[in-house]
Amino acid sequence: MSEISLEELQKKFQNKIDKDVKIEPRDWMPDDYRKTLIRQISQHAHSEVVGMLPEGNWITRAPNLRRKAVLLAKVQDEAGHGLYLYSACETLGADREQTIDDLHSGKAKYSSIFNYPAISWADMGAIGWLVDGAAIMNQVPLCRCSYGPYARAMVRVCKEESFHQRQGFEIIMVLAKGTPAQKEMAQDALNRFWWPSLMMFGPNDAESKHTKQSMDWKIKRHTNDELRQMFVDVTVPQAESIGLTVPDKDLKWNEKENRYDYGKIDWEEFWQVVKGNGPCNEDRIRVRKKAKDDGLWVREAAMAFSQKRNNKAKVA
Amino acid sequence: MNNKLFEYTLRIADDSLILGQRLSELCGHGPILEEDIALTNISLDLIGQATNLLEYAASIENKQRDADKLAFLRVDKEYKNSLLVEQPNGDFGSTIVRQFLFDSFRRPFFEALASSTDESLAAIAKKSLKETKYHLKHSSEWVIRLGDGTSESHQRVQKSIDVLWRYHSDLFYEDEVDLALVSENIAPSFKEIKKEFNQHVLAVLEEATLKLPDNNWEFTGGRKGMHSEHLGHLLAEMQYMQRAYPNMEW
Amino acid sequence: MSNKKEWPLWEVFIRGKQGLNHKHVGSLRASDYKMAVDNARDVYTRRSEGVSIWVVESSNLYASDPDEAASFFEPADSKIYRHPTFYDVPDDISHM
Ligand SMILES: [Fe+2]
Ligand SMILES: [Fe+2]
Repeated sequence: MSEISLEELQKKFQNKIDKDVKIEPRDWMPDDYRKTLIRQISQHAHSEVVGMLPEGNWITRAPNLRRKAVLLAKVQDEAGHGLYLYSACETLGADREQTIDDLHSGKAKYSSIFNYPAISWADMGAIGWLVDGAAIMNQVPLCRCSYGPYARAMVRVCKEESFHQRQGFEIIMVLAKGTPAQKEMAQDALNRFWWPSLMMFGPNDAESKHTKQSMDWKIKRHTNDELRQMFVDVTVPQAESIGLTVPDKDLKWNEKENRYDYGKIDWEEFWQVVKGNGPCNEDRIRVRKKAKDDGLWVREAAMAFSQKRNNKAKVA
Repeated sequence: MNNKLFEYTLRIADDSLILGQRLSELCGHGPILEEDIALTNISLDLIGQATNLLEYAASIENKQRDADKLAFLRVDKEYKNSLLVEQPNGDFGSTIVRQFLFDSFRRPFFEALASSTDESLAAIAKKSLKETKYHLKHSSEWVIRLGDGTSESHQRVQKSIDVLWRYHSDLFYEDEVDLALVSENIAPSFKEIKKEFNQHVLAVLEEATLKLPDNNWEFTGGRKGMHSEHLGHLLAEMQYMQRAYPNMEW
Repeated sequence: MSNKKEWPLWEVFIRGKQGLNHKHVGSLRASDYKMAVDNARDVYTRRSEGVSIWVVESSNLYASDPDEAASFFEPADSKIYRHPTFYDVPDDISHM
């Protein structure tokens, strides 16, 4: 046993963080750092996997072969992202099955955006453009996160994300330039997804209880409000360029600050949806839980088979 | 001859299209994330094959119907897929058995079609063969795991074989369309293919401690457009956008 | 309880192209090595990222102890004569 005191360990740890040296799985880390990471990474993983469902809802109804293949590949990527993140989480000692059980029991959270329904084809555009757009805004800085496995998973995820937003924007753009019915479909999707997308960045900085510590640990690199502002600033001109209207009467360019001012977010709605009262919370969890329960006999069979064959090999 | 080639190409295309559509229903619902991703990969391969084949069919037909019109705007009787591929997913075991029977047919079929005198079909077959070999490996390994896994999995997967086996002969259905093309060396004869199919199926089932049903009653009809009740529902869903919003770009 | 049902964890290593080392890319769950290789292919090479895959059950990996990193690795830091830049060669000498 080494004689290093807890204080010294903590100092060494913070020193590494300050010098941008990555923390790796077997390195010493404060309990709270580990807990914060497990919470954040598992939430992130759940969001990827639950996030498959609203779009998965339209794969079988995609309007042509190209869109079907693209959407399928896109949703499949999200499964991959979930997997990379569960893997990163396992390096911290959080068992995947336990993590997923926490999701199904309602103990663990995921991004509230996926509790909104995808009710038209245009929603596939809005989700790719806005939801993946917001996710990218969040994820790019995470590639520099202080925890090595999380940062590396994010590098992989960000590489794959780049086509997600583009395919979504392409869908919306085609609709916005299409027939009146299509344009209306596109505007309606923007109307429904705009505010929930802004909520994806989380509560205002003043309300966000984890931000300060996460920034000190370099898990987070920007505050929620900073990221939200960046998102608004890049997205509003995109909407304008295809002739769609952002549903915010208070939105206007602020010359002095060189940014958009935007209206008030309905935080009451945000907290209601987070707490489980959104339009799809129950459906999403029910479907994920069903997939897991229905797969139990399959997972058991594969395990039993592997044990049998191992035994056979040992006898032979 | 062109009519026959069109018809023949549609039969291959529709097998890929309908099975690709079936598997795409499962995206987000697999028994574990890894397998969710694997099934989606197979679905993507099949939809890619369908696209290539329908584009070719459209060019043979030469009537201003493109691949999408063929995929989304025919009525049920005009789809020429085999009965096997339109069967519902059922549990994971039945999804795998359907896939296994189909892949066991498709591997030797594409292998033979790769030397077709029709260059387009040969090229599509060569590309698809690579994909199919992997699909077959995947589905065969799963049949073995489930067959020789637990007693529950053994029972379930045996039941799926009993139910789905009756559709396998539809894969080998042969009529004047095939025979005319066989004589031109455009289409391979099913005789050799069937032999390889049987060999592989039996070998895998044996390793999986499973068996074929005693009852050899068989159904055919898919190639003539006579389908089960399931296809209509699949098409209603797949064609929804094109029917609800006709003549638009997406 | 759940441990018996859960598939073991595997570490995945991928050779990006001929001539490169296999590199660790992440992990996944699989019940046997065949499935682990298949899953690695589907999860980690969807964009043609590899030409060869290794999988190792994570429980079979043994690692150096990070607490001993100092005694383990630092002695090599002082052996700078193992690096070519340690040696002075006049600028006009090429191919060296
Ligand atoms: Fe993602
Ligand atoms: Fe994405």
